[in-house]
Amino acid sequence: MTDLRSPLSRVKGLGSAKDGTSHFWRQRLTSLLMIPLVLWVGFSLAALPVDHATLTGWIQQTWVTVALTLLIIVTFYHAQLGLQVIIEDYVSSHSRRTAILLLSNLACLLLGTIGVVSVLKISFGA
Amino acid sequence: MPNSNHPVSPHLQIYRLPLTALLSITHRITGVILAFGCLLLVWILAAAADSAEAYQAIEPHLGSWYGQVFLLGFIFSLYLHFCNGVRHLFWDVGYGFELEVVDITAKLAIAMAVVLTIATWVVAGVA
Repeated sequence: MTDLRSPLSRVKGLGSAKDGTSHFWRQRLTSLLMIPLVLWVGFSLAALPVDHATLTGWIQQTWVTVALTLLIIVTFYHAQLGLQVIIEDYVSSHSRRTAILLLSNLACLLLGTIGVVSVLKISFGA
Repeated sequence: MPNSNHPVSPHLQIYRLPLTALLSITHRITGVILAFGCLLLVWILAAAADSAEAYQAIEPHLGSWYGQVFLLGFIFSLYLHFCNGVRHLFWDVGYGFELEVVDITAKLAIAMAVVLTIATWVVAGVA
């Protein structure tokens, strides 16, 4: 079969989206990071009574603060990447797709920030 | 089109999706559910950071029937997405493409998700 791509395009390996495999790669890396973190947070929270003092006391432990902050950042990055793919697949109108993508990205950024700030605020006992 | 012999795409209303196809779309659906679920979890976290009173205003809702339904649904979605995600990671490095294996890992992912959900629920019940 004839290859219609130019030698330059082939060596750059960026494809039509000019973005190469970076989106795919970041989605996989974030999911790998989340494997231990999700199991840890799921079972830790399940084992904890849900009252305010217990919850904040748990978060205030240094390593919990670190792991939870990492998990929140990675989770919302992973969510942003995943939602982007779904929106790009199912929203065909270009203008509507751009608007929904902006909204989704902004929501992920905002929620991730709120999450991290909340953990830090609890941790530093403000 | 009765005389045409060319292959047509599956008609969604009469075509029974294979388990893998069903899990594939479920992966996307659970992904969206989890994103919205995380919105609620961050809300709870922000309330806990705000004040004990703000958190205590939410706390009864977590114990209510709809709170428990949300938590159970979230946890099951999480583990199903998690287990099927691990399946995807194996595919990404080139393993598990044989049809029989794909079917076995699909059932394994669902079974593991159920086991993890029950395990989490039991831990929460004991604590």
